[in-house]
Amino acid sequence: MFNILFLFVIIPVLTLGALFLTKTVNQVRAVAASGASLLLIAALYLCYAFVGERAANPDELMLFTDSYMWFEPLNIHLAVGVDGISVLMILLSAIIVFTGTFASWKIEPLTKEYFLWFILLSTGVFGFFISIDLFTMFMFYEVALIPMYLLIGVWGSGNKNYAAMKLTLMLMGGSAFLLISILGIYYHAGETMNIVEIVQGSGVDAAWQNALFVCAFVGFGVLGAMFPFHTWSPDGHASAPTAVSMLHAGVLMKLGGYGCFRVAIYLMPQAALQLGWIFMILTGISVVYGAFAACVKTDLKYINAYSSVSHCGLVLFAILMMNQTAMSGAVMQMLSHGLMTALFFALIGMIYGRTHTRDVREMGGLMQIMPFLSVGYIIAGLASLGLPGLSGFVAEMTIFLGSFETSDIYNAVLGDGNLFRHAFAIVTTTSIVITAVYILRVVGKLLFGPVQNEHHRSLDDAHWYERFSTVSLMLAIAVIGCFPDLANGILRDSFGPIVEHIQAYLQ
Amino acid sequence: MELSYSVVTILLPLFMFLFLGLVGIKLPKFVSGVIGTCAMLVTTVIAYAVALTYFFDPQYVVDGVRQPVNVLNYTWLTLGDGLTVDLGIFIDPIAAMMLIVITTISLMVHLYSLGYMHGEKGFQRYYAFLSLFTFSMLGLVVATNIFQMFIFFEMVGVSSYLLIGFYYEKPAAVSASKKAFIVTRFADLGFLIGIMLLAYYCGTFDFVELMKNPGSIVASAAGVTFLGCSAASWALALIFIGGAGKSAMFPLHIWLPDAMEGPTPVSALIHAATMVVAGVYLVARMFPMYLFTPEVLELITITGAVTALYAAVVACAQTDIKRVLAFSTISQIAFMFTALGVARPELHEGVGYMASMFHLFTHAMFKGLLFLCAGAIIHMVHSNEMDAMGNLKKYMPITHITFLIACLAIAGIPPFAGFFSKDEILVACYLQSPLWGVWMSAVAGLTAFYMFRLYYRIFWWNKPDYSHHTPHDCEWVMTLPLVLLAVVSCVAGFIPFSNFVTFDGATHHTEMNWTVAGASIAIAVVGIVIATVLYRKENPVPDRIADAVKGLHKAAYRRFYMDEVYQFVTHKIIFGIICKSIAWFDHVCVDGFMNLLARMANSAAYSIRKLQSGSIQMYVWIYLIGALVLATATFLVLI
Amino acid sequence: MDSTVLYYIIPSLIMFGCGVYGFITRKNLIAILISLELMLNSVDINFVVFNRFLFPGQMEGMFFTLFAIAIAAAETALAIAIIINIFREVKNVDIENLNKLKF
Repeated sequence: MFNILFLFVIIPVLTLGALFLTKTVNQVRAVAASGASLLLIAALYLCYAFVGERAANPDELMLFTDSYMWFEPLNIHLAVGVDGISVLMILLSAIIVFTGTFASWKIEPLTKEYFLWFILLSTGVFGFFISIDLFTMFMFYEVALIPMYLLIGVWGSGNKNYAAMKLTLMLMGGSAFLLISILGIYYHAGETMNIVEIVQGSGVDAAWQNALFVCAFVGFGVLGAMFPFHTWSPDGHASAPTAVSMLHAGVLMKLGGYGCFRVAIYLMPQAALQLGWIFMILTGISVVYGAFAACVKTDLKYINAYSSVSHCGLVLFAILMMNQTAMSGAVMQMLSHGLMTALFFALIGMIYGRTHTRDVREMGGLMQIMPFLSVGYIIAGLASLGLPGLSGFVAEMTIFLGSFETSDIYNAVLGDGNLFRHAFAIVTTTSIVITAVYILRVVGKLLFGPVQNEHHRSLDDAHWYERFSTVSLMLAIAVIGCFPDLANGILRDSFGPIVEHIQAYLQ
Repeated sequence: MELSYSVVTILLPLFMFLFLGLVGIKLPKFVSGVIGTCAMLVTTVIAYAVALTYFFDPQYVVDGVRQPVNVLNYTWLTLGDGLTVDLGIFIDPIAAMMLIVITTISLMVHLYSLGYMHGEKGFQRYYAFLSLFTFSMLGLVVATNIFQMFIFFEMVGVSSYLLIGFYYEKPAAVSASKKAFIVTRFADLGFLIGIMLLAYYCGTFDFVELMKNPGSIVASAAGVTFLGCSAASWALALIFIGGAGKSAMFPLHIWLPDAMEGPTPVSALIHAATMVVAGVYLVARMFPMYLFTPEVLELITITGAVTALYAAVVACAQTDIKRVLAFSTISQIAFMFTALGVARPELHEGVGYMASMFHLFTHAMFKGLLFLCAGAIIHMVHSNEMDAMGNLKKYMPITHITFLIACLAIAGIPPFAGFFSKDEILVACYLQSPLWGVWMSAVAGLTAFYMFRLYYRIFWWNKPDYSHHTPHDCEWVMTLPLVLLAVVSCVAGFIPFSNFVTFDGATHHTEMNWTVAGASIAIAVVGIVIATVLYRKENPVPDRIADAVKGLHKAAYRRFYMDEVYQFVTHKIIFGIICKSIAWFDHVCVDGFMNLLARMANSAAYSIRKLQSGSIQMYVWIYLIGALVLATATFLVLI
Repeated sequence: MDSTVLYYIIPSLIMFGCGVYGFITRKNLIAILISLELMLNSVDINFVVFNRFLFPGQMEGMFFTLFAIAIAAAETALAIAIIINIFREVKNVDIENLNKLKF
């Protein structure tokens, strides 16, 4: 039977092929939009099929698994499979690619080339999430990374050469760590790269776990904008074109969180229990640090990038709690942050496209000029500061509640692990106040108050493709915020075995 | 369950919010206002039906104790380890009472706004936000669990933010809304941490579960101590901080006076009658747990007493009529908190609890009335300042009478509503300790004084120049709510409140303590007389008194510099030092380190490239030397 | 193997040394080319000598030498052509001036 997961590689590749054949700009847009729509439909169908399949096989670790030998001497397979976590990530990516396509409807110049790289980037992202073989995972990760350089370098704005170079080099540095770790896992886990086989087999050699864990966590942590490896993110996001910022902050940063969880913690639980607290300190710093730094920035994209550092820090923080509630909170946070930050970047891009400035000090009273975009910005802001009914609240609360649950992790290393975790949980909760400060500061300055620049009065509100893109994102945010059990239901069964696997090493 | 139709009460305002927000924008202004008001009328009728059925149907009373009813429970979010977050409807005496308060005031405000907001830009938006607020507030009071309460705490916070900032073109309104949100958010942080601590020790959010055996829950968390207090005390104190932020208790009160930048009906609804008492409601809801942590109750009492005095003193010096009312609100809410703080089941069957709720009810009515009157006045004279008013009793007779009734009610003159509830509070205070009794009586006297100062300054005093525009009573949509609320303020005191709302649900009989009542009437009369002497006619005496106590007057006028302190902490310390230094660290250290790495790689490459000199003979030299070295090394190794 | 082989090898070594020395020290491109030829020819001699003394019955060394001579001739022609072109371009054939191919 045909495995539905391959659709997520086949559709982008076919879209790429079709893009090569296009002649006019309109054809390019039509092809890209239909490719993205097909992906979204496939992702929604996958969610539906997954729920049915999960009900039929409650004990399977991964569903829709398939494996083809790819390179025999190194035992590399093209192995695919998903659990609830990857399904949600695929859905998130599909939504962002879909809305990103519409957000970059009028991109110029070189529209065709832009969409080529854009679709290639999404191929990498989807490939990453469906892989359960470390090598193919890594390969798709690199596929996602390289187009970023060109997309920022060619279509970016501001100091784009510096930003593109910085972003690519730092992420490449991260993937060097990753490669070391993957090779280490390969040699110390019975010469296989299949995640399921490693977990169900003897696991990674305990003597090597600590070193490999640090490499893997740092490698993915760079992508997840963990302090102090986060500095690519503000510059990169600020220079990237709208849809690339969306895809990057919305999905690519999630690759980091997903990888930390799937590779670093899941494959090397002993090391995670030993060393996790160090990274918990770093991620705790990220959360507060990003929020404080966002308070004094004046460039909209910088504010949002630092806010992403804060929110993504929370993802990694929650993963390190290693219990079911916090981890499902982490996935919810990835989903929620992906959607709302994409909405933010989309709106910032649209505002920038009109006012040609991103400096909050040079704008004001946009509510009177472009009400639609302003209302969208307020909704994104409210989601970001955790208004109930929007996705951010669910995610943050699940994380905070999870981080307060009792468990024995870190007790062996730190003595009283609970006190440590609670103290850090309280420190991170303060971010909800600081988030409110910087979000409301921007909303107040940018949207409310008198019109700052009289030239802005002649600007128009959102076009149909912009409305389409932002409304889809708002809808997704509201649906998750109002009915969190929809997403949570997909996740729930996936975490049980994972947490058990980790907790088994507690003794 | 019988009361299942109460779902409509909650969901109808939510639906109206979506309807007015999405569709209403397209409708003519007045039509959407009328639709909103009609929907609110339906909500009110159903809410009354729910509350009255609950209070009067004997099936809810078992063994003389009124049983709480759990109407609905919907699992909203399932967390690990069997912990779930539910949304539901839970009706008990205080919830039923709050349903009445909220829907009544909300309906009055809806009606009143048809006139007050007439012709405003964003009329539909205003009604949409009012519906959102009503929904959130109703969701708050019927919460089945503490997490639902938190959810709706946030929701009311946001609706309050949106409504304060309704005139978003005015920078003052924008910064006031921001301030209100951030200050209450800060308090909610305490609330959240309190919830997490509580959930950690109890494993449940559900009020019914929590209240089943509060003693053992508190005891189970008593072992862990931090700074000398048990974890349970900390949790409950933090939850109280959440409530205190919403209820504008000192020192978290600073947002409420600024919140007066919003439209006046909004101030009446949110910042006088309903949202600001959410904190009192929260403590009352968790009261059985608080009973086991007397140190937290002590904290509540002290906070309440200090705030009551502080706000009353400040109110005496304000000149903006809405600010006076705002500080009066803070002071009255502090009364409620104090009453809760001094309530003990052994002291007259927890009379403080009942008194607090009673005062909440009557205060909502007369304070809502005061704000609506103030709105009518501002609508006419187009200014908030006392100096622009005076002698209005001739021009606005209905407003005058209703305002006077409200003033008498808040001053505690029988037979108006405030007398009865305030008297119960004072009784509770005296029962606990004479100190608090005397303290609160003094504050009650001050209340009478500043309210009548306000009253005389508006309706008597001098006669400013109204020649360009003569004030008159407003149209019926605005006066009808005034009259209705005035009637309620007159009669609400005679409701036998202890039959309905008591600490343990049983019906108690309260009787007048005439010693306390007489004293409180006397002190109120003294306050009124002083105000009459000073402010009935324009005269220089008040200014001379203010000059005589210049320092105190100025400090009170500037609200004892609390705003400046906050300004200093937020702008100078948090923004100026913490944020700036983090941004500096980020730019210079973290970023600088990465750039340093790049620059080092670059300079290393630059220095190595010198070897590529282009001079072929140089290459040959290097080649020869290299070959010789290698050959020698090989030779040595082989030997 | 008798010591007669040394009579051939030592001159060849001296020739190679002269070639290296000339290649490093001469400034004129023509002189460098001549030094290069010296080195090549010394290597050719080695081929012939070792072929003659080590594998007397075989001819591979001889053929290789002939091959190398032919290549050397072609190479010289090419080098002279380059040198002439350089001379046209910069009006001298001093190697000091020819360090453009760097970094």
